[in-house]
Amino acid sequence: MNFFAKTQKMSFDVPLQMQSGALLKNYELAYETYGQLNDDRSNAVLICHALNASHHASGVYEGQENSEGWWFNMIGPGKPVDTNLFFVICINNLGSCFGSTGPMSINPDLNEAYGSKFPVVTVEDWVQSQERLVDRLGIKTLMAVMGGSLGGMQVLSWTLQYPDKVKNAIVIASAPNLNAENIAFNEVARRAIVTDPDFHEGNYYKYDVVPKRGLRIARMVGHITYLSDDVMNSKFGRTLRRNIKEETALKDQSYLFTTQNIEFEIESYLRYQGDKFSEYFDANTYLLITRALDYFDPAKGYNGNLSQAFREIRAKFLIISFTTDWRFSPKRSEELVKALLDNERQVSYLNINAPNGHDAFLLDDPRYMSAIKNYFSNIN
Amino acid sequence: MSQDQYIKIIGSLVPPKSRILDLGCGDGMLLEYLIKERGCTGYGIELDDENVLASLRRGVNVLQLNLEEGLKLFEDQSFDVVLQIDTLQNLRNAETMLNETARVGRVGLITFPNFAHWPNRLSVLRGRMPVTKHLPYEWYNTPNIRVATFDDFYHLASKNNLQVADAFGLQNDSKISFLKNLRASKAVFKVSRR
Repeated sequence: MNFFAKTQKMSFDVPLQMQSGALLKNYELAYETYGQLNDDRSNAVLICHALNASHHASGVYEGQENSEGWWFNMIGPGKPVDTNLFFVICINNLGSCFGSTGPMSINPDLNEAYGSKFPVVTVEDWVQSQERLVDRLGIKTLMAVMGGSLGGMQVLSWTLQYPDKVKNAIVIASAPNLNAENIAFNEVARRAIVTDPDFHEGNYYKYDVVPKRGLRIARMVGHITYLSDDVMNSKFGRTLRRNIKEETALKDQSYLFTTQNIEFEIESYLRYQGDKFSEYFDANTYLLITRALDYFDPAKGYNGNLSQAFREIRAKFLIISFTTDWRFSPKRSEELVKALLDNERQVSYLNINAPNGHDAFLLDDPRYMSAIKNYFSNIN
Repeated sequence: MSQDQYIKIIGSLVPPKSRILDLGCGDGMLLEYLIKERGCTGYGIELDDENVLASLRRGVNVLQLNLEEGLKLFEDQSFDVVLQIDTLQNLRNAETMLNETARVGRVGLITFPNFAHWPNRLSVLRGRMPVTKHLPYEWYNTPNIRVATFDDFYHLASKNNLQVADAFGLQNDSKISFLKNLRASKAVFKVSRR
């Protein structure tokens, strides 16, 4: 069922005090809403997006083909997050490259793009800026905040920063912080970008170039971590990439003995994903967002004790993990469950046996969809 | 016994406003009853997808965990009552889980089909494993991998230093105390750490 989405913008002139100490004097947030806010403004659901997504969570843009939002299967009339009942908001995170103020925006002090001078943003900064937008919409409490992966971390942070403003928290395929392996993958991605000769220390806009090579590699690394071993093997296996007509001398599946050209299907897939990504994503944004992931660690101020960190949480939780997700494994979700149990908070937890790895949170598993639908059918 | 009656009898053993953990909570019906009718709070644990979704639909807290992996997410004595309602017979590590139940809960409430119920004895005497209303499976496809009797359970409880605070049988909607090992198809135990 198609319904139209329309991007809106909201400007803020009250400076945002960021966790790093930086002060963002003014900024703009791009966002979309779906459904109607009810009279007592009690049916709002905030969706938090992950690394490379945007505020375009659902609906389509009028007159644009293939413009479905990234959670089109989840949000809409009659869908698990039913926009006939709920007023759904999704905000592009600060520092992103889809309309909210970020490295590509003009720094009013210097009259040129922020580039690498855009302050380092944290999950907490995002949540603070989101709260301002939600407040300006006249919403005092959110019926639910929901997100997957990095979006799930924002949900968690909402329940810690604004415990009285969130009734329900839905955290999918997420974690209480990144482990060393997660940070390691992020660092590989960042090094790929900053060592690209077109990066120019983050000021490539001036040179009218884009560090595409770095972005491609960053995305390739990312994609490896989004898939499970099983899915990669069943989708690609050791199948060789062949456009057979030009290579009639070769049998379909004999090696080309090349080190530079594409040999295996998986290589083709990763290169395709990398190319596509480098066309639309901003390199500075990628650096900022991966860093925000690295820094997120609500237990840090409590000697790593997550249960203590969660003491002020009031929201009711639904936590979902996927058995084959090794980026944010079920064990990480269980840490969240444990900390909530220790505080006698309300929590439900599903560990869905899906083959798709981390990507599963964006896909259509019927159990996953039913879980969200069933949870929302009881929400209050 | 009707499901409603069974839930009422089990429910009457749970003090009002208890903090409860229901191991193998199925579709969450008992949990919902205890929350709504007896003002309890707590969680169910369930592995089966359909049951987990049904519990969510009822609006009860359900955790999809494998009981065979123990209750490591739960602290000692963190619940007033831990329930194992018709769960024990499906567990490979039934003894470990019994100890876990007594570790996590101040009181453990355990029910299971009593294998020593007289029709079962009769069937075995005749040379065949019983297939009855209460044990409707054939020996080769039964999920009841632990078949036990009242007396077996008393033995296991004492071996693990657990105190049996109450034990009775259930048969056709009534409690059975006299000759329960013979007369009751369902065994009910209330245990706690000594």
